[in-house]
Amino acid sequence: MADASADIRQGRIVEVNAAGLYYKDLNALLRKMADGPDGQDVAKIVLRNVAGQRYIATDLDRPIEVEIHGTPGNDLAAFMNGQRIVVYGNAQDGVGNTMNSGEVVIHGHSGDIMGMSMRGGTIYVRDYVGYRVGIHMKEYLDKVPALVIGGTAQDFLGEYMAGGRIVVFGLDLGPGECHHANFIGTGMHNGAIYLRGPVRDYQLGKEVGVVRPGEGLWSPADWDFLRKCAEGYVRHFGGEVEEILRGEFIKLYAKYLRPYGPLYSWRN
Amino acid sequence: MITGQSTRLRSYLPPRFLARIMDDRCIRCQVCVRQCGWEALYYDERNDCINSTEANCTGCHRCVALCPTHAIWIEERPLQYRPNFNWRPEAIEDAMQQAESGGIILTGMGDDKGQTIYWDKLVLNASQVTNPSIDPLREPMEVRTYLGRRPDTLDIDYGSMKLRSPLGPLRTLEVPIMFSAISYGALALQVQEGLARAATEMGTFWNTGEGGLHRSLYPYRDHTIVQVASGRFGVSREYLDNSGIVEIKIGQGAKPGIGGHLPGNKVTAEVAATRMIPMGTDALSPAPQHDIYSIEDLRMLIYALKEATNYTKPVSVKIAGVHHAAAIASGIARAGADIIAVDGLRGSTGAAPKIIRDNVGIPIELALASIDHRLRQEGIRNQVSLVCAGGIRNAGDVVKAIALGADAVYIATAALIAVGCHVCQGCPSGRCSWGITTTDPHLAKRQNPDLAARRLANLLKGWEHEIKEMLGGMGINSLESLRGNRDHLRGVGLSDTELQILGVRHAGM
Repeated sequence: MADASADIRQGRIVEVNAAGLYYKDLNALLRKMADGPDGQDVAKIVLRNVAGQRYIATDLDRPIEVEIHGTPGNDLAAFMNGQRIVVYGNAQDGVGNTMNSGEVVIHGHSGDIMGMSMRGGTIYVRDYVGYRVGIHMKEYLDKVPALVIGGTAQDFLGEYMAGGRIVVFGLDLGPGECHHANFIGTGMHNGAIYLRGPVRDYQLGKEVGVVRPGEGLWSPADWDFLRKCAEGYVRHFGGEVEEILRGEFIKLYAKYLRPYGPLYSWRN
Repeated sequence: MITGQSTRLRSYLPPRFLARIMDDRCIRCQVCVRQCGWEALYYDERNDCINSTEANCTGCHRCVALCPTHAIWIEERPLQYRPNFNWRPEAIEDAMQQAESGGIILTGMGDDKGQTIYWDKLVLNASQVTNPSIDPLREPMEVRTYLGRRPDTLDIDYGSMKLRSPLGPLRTLEVPIMFSAISYGALALQVQEGLARAATEMGTFWNTGEGGLHRSLYPYRDHTIVQVASGRFGVSREYLDNSGIVEIKIGQGAKPGIGGHLPGNKVTAEVAATRMIPMGTDALSPAPQHDIYSIEDLRMLIYALKEATNYTKPVSVKIAGVHHAAAIASGIARAGADIIAVDGLRGSTGAAPKIIRDNVGIPIELALASIDHRLRQEGIRNQVSLVCAGGIRNAGDVVKAIALGADAVYIATAALIAVGCHVCQGCPSGRCSWGITTTDPHLAKRQNPDLAARRLANLLKGWEHEIKEMLGGMGINSLESLRGNRDHLRGVGLSDTELQILGVRHAGM
């Protein structure tokens, strides 16, 4: 879990009132402020009154922080490469679509397909997330993306997952309430999903195995990772690290690297 | 030999080919043995002769091509089943294979069943007496094509004769033929390099497919189409920046409606680096793009890619030709695509379930004609360029496709044939003896990028000359005048319905 803020230089903070600004114009403005000749000393852009503008921070070349007040539109941080986004509000669908690196922190909830095909970076969500989150996430060498979700998630969480880590703390679940998602990790062939709180067997995909703390496949590295996630979460949103870690965790892992290998027959 | 089953049952499948070795010509050099990636040939030391394990032979003819004394010959050896029109040998043997493996039958290349090939039933016009034909050897002949969105109206400043209407990004093709998508992993890097170099030399484009772009191919970026498919392999800002066109792959003619699985054994270290996935895992492309469940969602991805490239690159959307292709294409144009590529029933693949390849989708000619017609009817044909893919075999097919409404065509099988492919359909194995559809370094090094590029450029040059000859014969000196000009086509032996869909009259009318 790389810290995106480490790359961001000290510098100017600029503020933009995004009210009534078309997304194309807003993004052009962001490009100019972050990558234009006059923007080289800008460290942080604060966007006020954001209301559904799409693709924020999709095409920025320099590590920079973007603080969003309001509700950013779909595909926030899509293809993002090394920026840091903080949203004071809820996010819509497609946050971090095919994201390469950087960090997104959402002080609220997030919609469907968050982290789809994401390859690097971290997304923190204070509350719950929608359907198909983390679908087809992947990893490569030192690039291991992570989603840290405070609440719960909906169906198809981590479907076709090919790498990375998804952590769902389930802090919004009532006593004894199970996670909401069905088909968790269907078709998963790499990576790991950590769930805190109860989940029934039928909610899990056929291609995942379950391991609990203390069992053979649960290593101290799993606790280290979860502690980092909890610390990050608490740093952004408040709460108690130990309280989070006291919960009952399970880890879902891919049973097969090649789940569909035996499916095919080929003849010379 | 079949692969796929966990516990091997005795196979009842007969060999398909017979290797004949002329003993008096054979000098026992064993080139054939070393070249056969299928392990169908071996040297019998005791009897000092070459022998064959024919069940392994795919009929790729690598041995035939390289035997220095022409001592080896491969013959088809169909087993003579009792004649039965319904239970033809292929149906019998497919059932046998599945009884032995319990798997989905995989195959390579395009549909080989011979559903009507409309190119063969369309003929072109030529000038006689009433208008002169043009000799392309003496007179200029324009085959340059631009791909991308055209404005609805042209606003010209007549004082300076400059265009006032803003133009979106356009790409120039010096020949209207591009190399279709074949991913690294399915294809050897050497062949991709050959495609990239030939495309650069000839002023056209090659397409990465969905397997990412190897860094060594960045120098050819201005002639590269990068693909964004459901697996999003290797898709990053860097990838998008190193391209001339970005293509969203929705579907493929060989396997409409399904995804793709690059088996883990083909995911070598280099393939893993290019796709940015761990080595040895299956590279699974889900059937749908999970952020696209509607035309509105497609618009979202189109504009995400335009944002990510700062509106400097045309975005193409590739679909398979299916029943409602025309309505879908209309939606794609309205979703903001600059180019629509349509791939037909006979479109090729490195691996697809045979049952899908041979049964799903519609012939490209009908898809193309209906899409072009629909877009014209709706007055939005100018908003997109139309690229026709799947089963283009020669310059005649190219000219007919353009007359049916295509701006340009994609070729893949023809390009692979240029570098040695004998269309044996053995691609899924990754054991291609020609070193084309393999990532095995021992096999892949048989392809030399310099020579591959020369052969590919030659193919395009030959076709370009032929296109010019055909245009000249029709009395046309520009490809633009042929585009969608169906009056130059006539059908032979087609029904009224077919003629109506194609928008052409019967020959003789």
